[in-house]
Amino acid sequence: MLFFSYFKELVGKEVIVELKNDLAISGILHSVDQYLNIKLENTRVVDDTKYPHMLSVKNCFIRGSVVRYVQLPPDGVDVDILHDATRREARGG
Amino acid sequence: MSWAGLDNFPATSLADNLDKKLLVILRDGKKIIGILRSFDQFANVVLEGALERITVGELYCDLPLGLYIIRGENVVLIGELDLGREELPSFMVRVTPTEIKQAQKAEKDATELKGTMRKRMEFLDLE
Repeated sequence: MLFFSYFKELVGKEVIVELKNDLAISGILHSVDQYLNIKLENTRVVDDTKYPHMLSVKNCFIRGSVVRYVQLPPDGVDVDILHDATRREARGG
Repeated sequence: MSWAGLDNFPATSLADNLDKKLLVILRDGKKIIGILRSFDQFANVVLEGALERITVGELYCDLPLGLYIIRGENVVLIGELDLGREELPSFMVRVTPTEIKQAQKAEKDATELKGTMRKRMEFLDLE
């Protein structure tokens, strides 16, 4: 639940999602769910010449199981709050 | 994907995409385009009037599939196609299924050859 809550804080921020098939998509985080499925808006493929079929896709749903990385803005998170939440989760779990 | 709770939060749901023309990318690299008629919590989807779009370089081909059910575990991404925009760059050329299969084979052979050449070079250990 920690990462679900963490991603909820990032809704509205610009992120880059790198998938296990090496596709990297940048966009604004619209929503996330318990499976860490991600919905992005205003999507743009990072290397768009390699993926012409994505040209007219502006919003997309990404299945959580295929995400490799989520790149965040450097000021996207308060590290202290994240540390505290992680400690609490570790204690409780 | 639960409907209960989280009222003030935009939950991730495919309900907004119902009856819309979508691009579904699968784990095996296939690109399926169709109209979303149904989905569930595993991202299993039902697409109506589905077609598989194959692209090789500048060439592309659409293979009609009809009514398609895709098991959620194979889904990578579901993208909403903006009808106001071009689906493909204008330089792309549409070809027949036979031609696209030939192009696919040529691309596969080229990649295999590249792999073989690389293995041979590595064996020589020139560096």
